[in-house]
Amino acid sequence: MTVTSLDKDFDSLTLTLIAEFDAPVERVWELWADPRKLERWWGPPGFPATMEEHDLSPGGRVRYHMTGPEGETPRGWWEVTTADPPNYLEFTDGFADDDGNPVTDMPVMTVRVRLSEHEGGTRMELSGAFQSREDMEKILEMGAAEGLQQAVGQMDALLAA
Amino acid sequence: MVVDELGETVVDEVFHALADATRRDIFRRSAESELSVSRLSEAYPMSFAAVQKHVAVLERAGLVTKTRRGRERLVRADPRAVELARRALDELETAWRGRVERMSELLAELPNPQEKHTTKGEER
Repeated sequence: MTVTSLDKDFDSLTLTLIAEFDAPVERVWELWADPRKLERWWGPPGFPATMEEHDLSPGGRVRYHMTGPEGETPRGWWEVTTADPPNYLEFTDGFADDDGNPVTDMPVMTVRVRLSEHEGGTRMELSGAFQSREDMEKILEMGAAEGLQQAVGQMDALLAA
Repeated sequence: MVVDELGETVVDEVFHALADATRRDIFRRSAESELSVSRLSEAYPMSFAAVQKHVAVLERAGLVTKTRRGRERLVRADPRAVELARRALDELETAWRGRVERMSELLAELPNPQEKHTTKGEER
């Protein structure tokens, strides 16, 4: 497995995971920095992402949509707070309306990504934090049924591989 | 800017409540068992009133509930808050594990521009 450690902090509502990749830091950074590559892993299975705008400089924005199996296109945005290529990226991630504008009463998460060289490969430390308990509850309401089914299917596929 | 707007609309009581080490400790203890405010205040180098204030912050955030029994005020973590946090973090874990797995597969699949690292593509 590539995920080597995982920690959940119930107090600060934060998930921290450490993953290791058998590739240099620059190549892992490219998975974030190249929108065509980011599209290939950001969305869950069955929901490929399309990056409409992608600027990872501080203050920059990313706007994207995903295309679901029924043709639905949930939209999202990032706002980059800190970027130090190829080692650090910090952004907020939220939901957008049909025009791609942030929906202000929808949950927002803070994501921090740190890449460092580790034994010839790359160590990625990632943390995702809910900004409030209300946000967390909303995420749960939305994600519950469908999201979980997909995730389980995905896990099955991985276990069978 | 978007974040600021959101910060005002969503109630950030939980984060405020848990930003303090004493309050986190009170929350943890009260998740294990029901404790009176006076018992709690014996555990910290601060006054009864100070502990009571901390408890009030946790209560406002919906993290603990306070009930009166006789002359005592008993504090208990709201199990719903703990359960919600657990479920939300589980979902987040599933989402990110999936992403990391896809990143890993993508790295194995994409041509490596500088062939200085020999990537063992099929390793899982």
